[in-house]
Amino acid sequence: MVDADQARLAEFLGAGQPKVLDQWTEAAGRGVSDRISPAELRRELAEILSLTVAVQAGQGEATAGPRRAGLQERSRARYGFSPRETAATVLSLKEAVYSQLADSVELLPAYLGFTRFVDDLGLQTFEAFVGAREQIIADQAESMLELSTPVVRLWDGIIAVPLVGTLDSARTQLVMEKMLEALVATEAEHAVIDITGVPTVDTEVAQHLLKTVVAARLMGADCIITGIRPQIAYTIVSLGIEFGDVLTKQTLADGLAHALSRSGLKVVPA
Amino acid sequence: MERVPILKIGSTLLVSIQVDLQDQSVQQLQEDVAERIAATGAKGVIIDITAVEIVDSFIGRMLSMIGSMSRLFDAQTVLVGMRPAVAITLVELGLTLDGVQTALNTEKGLRLLSGRS
Repeated sequence: MVDADQARLAEFLGAGQPKVLDQWTEAAGRGVSDRISPAELRRELAEILSLTVAVQAGQGEATAGPRRAGLQERSRARYGFSPRETAATVLSLKEAVYSQLADSVELLPAYLGFTRFVDDLGLQTFEAFVGAREQIIADQAESMLELSTPVVRLWDGIIAVPLVGTLDSARTQLVMEKMLEALVATEAEHAVIDITGVPTVDTEVAQHLLKTVVAARLMGADCIITGIRPQIAYTIVSLGIEFGDVLTKQTLADGLAHALSRSGLKVVPA
Repeated sequence: MERVPILKIGSTLLVSIQVDLQDQSVQQLQEDVAERIAATGAKGVIIDITAVEIVDSFIGRMLSMIGSMSRLFDAQTVLVGMRPAVAITLVELGLTLDGVQTALNTEKGLRLLSGRS
């Protein structure tokens, strides 16, 4: 599979590996030295380079290098490297090799093939970089969804769902499911949905909240909505949303007091 | 067709639905409940649907009808143990089961009925 030119280039690279690596580290280190130490960068590049040389020499599978590089880019995306810096790191290998080749003209044809390989490598790493970024965004969105919908137990038989941040359909759906499951798990007869931290409520969100209340009622629990802010109250009335017989209280404390009194409990000074 | 058993505890009828409901068996259940209330003079009916995982609009309406019907005999109906998924489905279908009271489990349902009498 390996032609003579390529083999010679591999031999050349193998012999001059430390020098090429020096050059590459220097070229790639420009501008990113504040985020990654030269030693660390050199270690990473050395690994890619030796794999590259192995591929050029026909040993090892052709995908090993790109795979390793891809792995590295994944960690880069987490360290906050820009796409340009990431691509430049790989592509500067060409520069480093070329400066070593300058006086051996007979290796130029093989060098052309080599540049194609490096371009491929660059594309691969870039893809991995973008993939890693998207993965990070997806993970964060998911953990935000998880974080933003806690169900807390206020008292025996009373649970609260404090909502913070903008509500959309997906989130209200999740809130609904988590709350109903918590009702079953805790056998709570009262649930307080506190929307103090919700900046806006539109018709769709209000609809979902009402559905949640009705679903809780079907399961045999009472639902109280608390913490409606003045602007939201205004919006709800202007939009003509009917809250019907859903119980609303000013604050979470009022909601808790109501739920306690419905459970036949009273708070008295000690 | 499987028939749903109706148990009598004191002045309460306990209907525990353990099978996936078919339209026909719900209709049969409705008739059976009416007959048993008339025969025993029960004051309350508890329908336990803990094991029911799937409902449709027909079954939802039938449950509602059992409630309205037993009210004619001056008996109160309590639906207990509804699963979250079932509750969400019923809400999406627009069924609020007016006239039927609900409780989280059979124990709470019994307490609800005993508090009334």
